Amino acid sequence: MTEEATVFEFKLPDLGEGIHEGELLTWHVEIGQVIDEDAPLVDVETDKAAVTIPSPVGGKVLELVGSAGDTLTVGEVIARIETGDGAASAAPAAAPPAVAQRESAPADSEAAPAPAAMVPPQPAAPAGPRRGPVPAAPATRRLARELGLDIAQIPGSGPAGRVTREDVQRFAAGGLEPVTAVAPDDESAGTGAAPSGIPFFELEPMPDFSQYGAIETKPVRSIRRKVARKLATSMIVVPHVALMDDADVTELEVFRRRERRTDERRLSLLPFVVKAITECLKEHRMFNASLDPQREEIIYKQFYNIGFAADTPRGLIVPVVRDADKKSIIEISAEIYELAVKARDGKIEVKDLQGSTFTITNIGPLGGTRLVPTINYPEVAILGMGRAKPQPVVRDGQIVARTILPLTLAFDHRVADGADSARFMSALVRRLSDPLDWLLAMKG
Amino acid sequence: MVMGSLKQETEVVVIGGGPGGYVAALRAADLGKEVLLVEQREAIGGVCLLEGCIPSKTLIHAVETLQLAADAKQMGLNFGKASIDADKLRAFKQSVLDKLSQGTAALLKNRGVEVVRGRARFDGAHSLALEHSDVAGVEFKHAIVATGSRVASLPMAEDAGVWSSTDALTLPEIPARLLVIGGGYIGLELGLVYAGLGSAVTLVELLPQILTGADPDLVRVVHKRCKKRFEQLLVDTKVTAVERRGDGFVVSVKRGGDALELEADRVLMAVGRVPNTDDLGLDKAGVALDDKRLIEIDDGCRTRAPHIHAIGDVTPGPMLAHKASRQGKVAAETIAGEPAAFDNRAIPAVVFVEPELAWTGLTEAEAKQEGRRVKIGRFPLTALGRARTIGRTDGLVKVIADEQSDLLLGVGIVAPHASELIAEGTLAIEMGATLEDLTASIHPHPTLSEAIMEAGEVAAGSAVHVAVSKSQRRS
Repeated sequence: MTEEATVFEFKLPDLGEGIHEGELLTWHVEIGQVIDEDAPLVDVETDKAAVTIPSPVGGKVLELVGSAGDTLTVGEVIARIETGDGAASAAPAAAPPAVAQRESAPADSEAAPAPAAMVPPQPAAPAGPRRGPVPAAPATRRLARELGLDIAQIPGSGPAGRVTREDVQRFAAGGLEPVTAVAPDDESAGTGAAPSGIPFFELEPMPDFSQYGAIETKPVRSIRRKVARKLATSMIVVPHVALMDDADVTELEVFRRRERRTDERRLSLLPFVVKAITECLKEHRMFNASLDPQREEIIYKQFYNIGFAADTPRGLIVPVVRDADKKSIIEISAEIYELAVKARDGKIEVKDLQGSTFTITNIGPLGGTRLVPTINYPEVAILGMGRAKPQPVVRDGQIVARTILPLTLAFDHRVADGADSARFMSALVRRLSDPLDWLLAMKG
Repeated sequence: MVMGSLKQETEVVVIGGGPGGYVAALRAADLGKEVLLVEQREAIGGVCLLEGCIPSKTLIHAVETLQLAADAKQMGLNFGKASIDADKLRAFKQSVLDKLSQGTAALLKNRGVEVVRGRARFDGAHSLALEHSDVAGVEFKHAIVATGSRVASLPMAEDAGVWSSTDALTLPEIPARLLVIGGGYIGLELGLVYAGLGSAVTLVELLPQILTGADPDLVRVVHKRCKKRFEQLLVDTKVTAVERRGDGFVVSVKRGGDALELEADRVLMAVGRVPNTDDLGLDKAGVALDDKRLIEIDDGCRTRAPHIHAIGDVTPGPMLAHKASRQGKVAAETIAGEPAAFDNRAIPAVVFVEPELAWTGLTEAEAKQEGRRVKIGRFPLTALGRARTIGRTDGLVKVIADEQSDLLLGVGIVAPHASELIAEGTLAIEMGATLEDLTASIHPHPTLSEAIMEAGEVAAGSAVHVAVSKSQRRS
């Protein structure tokens, strides 16, 4: 029996929720090389993580699209691989792509981690951020209303971002991601100042710094861009308030240091804080929520996924400890360690970075006494941990040395009030300052 | 009659039978509602039909016909001296109003809408009291307030026998000298009517531009023509006093530092309109007014009391019949539980002057005020074949589009039949059309409508019929 050589067109598979593109880091193969099924094909860095994508088929690599630094779009053909017997004999005749795709379909859906064929075609992104009413025909707007949808959230596939009837239907069926209020991908603004619609607020073009000295420019991409977007959104959309307090962690530190481990896996303060925060979130649910400004609704989450800011060679990412309420402090500690290693090595997966309900940023070990953190939008609050160090403290009229952990809770004033934050902070400080009481009373 | 003591019950009551109210009533009836319409006047149609749009357009058409005859001289056509039979013109106009009003009344009857004469006031959240009526009151589930607007007046001109636009449209006489206060669309339209009928017209406008709200490049064409038609056209001029003197009037004005006295046989006051929201008992129904005494509504035309709707001139936005009609449909559909919304992107504005001026969507000034980056295409009628054939080349079409996406944002037209031509622009904006959509659609040749396509091409930088400047080509 003979199998004809066919060309498999490998399309960049779905990289996870809401991710439409990634930056090509490196190819694992060269053109002409034979690759095994499931062998690493390419490394791609998305806004959320770096991933290695395996080849869904075995065969000879005929073509690789793009080189390091290029942006690849989900659904785009990134490689052509010759499969079947013909691959070994290096038959140059390539079958028509349509045939290749059809014949390779079964292999595609079995072997590929996320089959490219399942990815719906992505519509052309609107040319810029939406201003004013959404372009859409009156009948299309009516359809959206009938389906109970806000047309402003539906990405338009037509020219100038026009929302078509099909876009509305596809969105209703869950096939499209909502449009968010973030800046467009392309470098906007051109040369002049970009008017914002906010009085006195104009994004003026940068001055020519090179007239004052040497400069180097680097495009804002990947994680840097994601961070920039997220924090700019947070700062513009969320009315931040920050409440500061100190936790006397002298006793907690004594307790913690009794753990014998001395390697990298030894207990740090962070897992205690994660656990304590989780308990406080259960008591003060407005800090474990999100505000949907479009629907004017507060979404209270009944799960407790705690993100922690991690400094990696690629930039800031926030790995997530899932279901912290169901885990012991030692389990949380182990998980934080594993996530931090994965993050450092660029091995973190998208799912490890999603679904957090509250974020902690621990700047203490790196330096800095206190910080005012920016909320990890769309969460409601973030806890900033400063450096725990011995401080003179007045106790019973005496100045004594105690280990003090400075804490800052930044929160969304639309959802929570100052009194809420004070109660939340007191509950947290009480646990960290009096670990015996806390740990004795701890459930589950 | 003992009926006066009883309140009539209905599902939907519409207060006001103008172009908003009667459309709402018809639509609500079509959607299966029991509808009662309260109208204060003898006839259905409101200001638009009885003392606004319709009578003024009838008179304007008459005057235009005179002008066409005069202009035909350049083509070698001579009709001799025109004469005007004012009585016959008045009668023709009245016959137009009667036919339209009766037609509307017949439509209401045909749909089973009960029309009740009377002056309505809310005396509760679900109840109206009626005055000058056979019916004491109405109890309703839903109400639509469509009471419209009335002419505004300057305090010094009250009780001095000064004409309002309503008076002027009855064509009581053709004065030798008419002074018009107000350079908005009403003042200009009526000023041109009387100028066409033979009056020497002086028009006084407080602001530096007539037709505030329209883009200056479009207004310039109208201003030039009005200056020819009028005796005097005074902008930046404030009226300080209006006095009767003998058979006529003396109007004192201030212009720059100078105080002038202008004499006229008649004075027409056309300084805008105010909403009819006073003395309706709205507070008893829980309906809130804003600081301009307009009724606050949501996009389903619901007021603060959600079972009461408001449409037309009593709501924010331009005081235009076509806006009221659209809102009337939205209100009726909302009451019937349909997901309707007044989410229109473009409300065309039309001024029936010479040449006609119309715009829709954003004006250039509004686009700039919003800080949008736009591309603009202008096409002059002098470059248009059809405009040449009718000997009317004053005017232009302007197209405003988003600089990046080419999304059509606005269209402005100053041209013969601009009132008809503007419809294409409105549809295009509502559909979310881009310049390409406009320019790739075939426009019949030779027509004035080609100017819209041509202006679109200028904006897109692809015009074949005009020289394109370098800066436009780059954009």
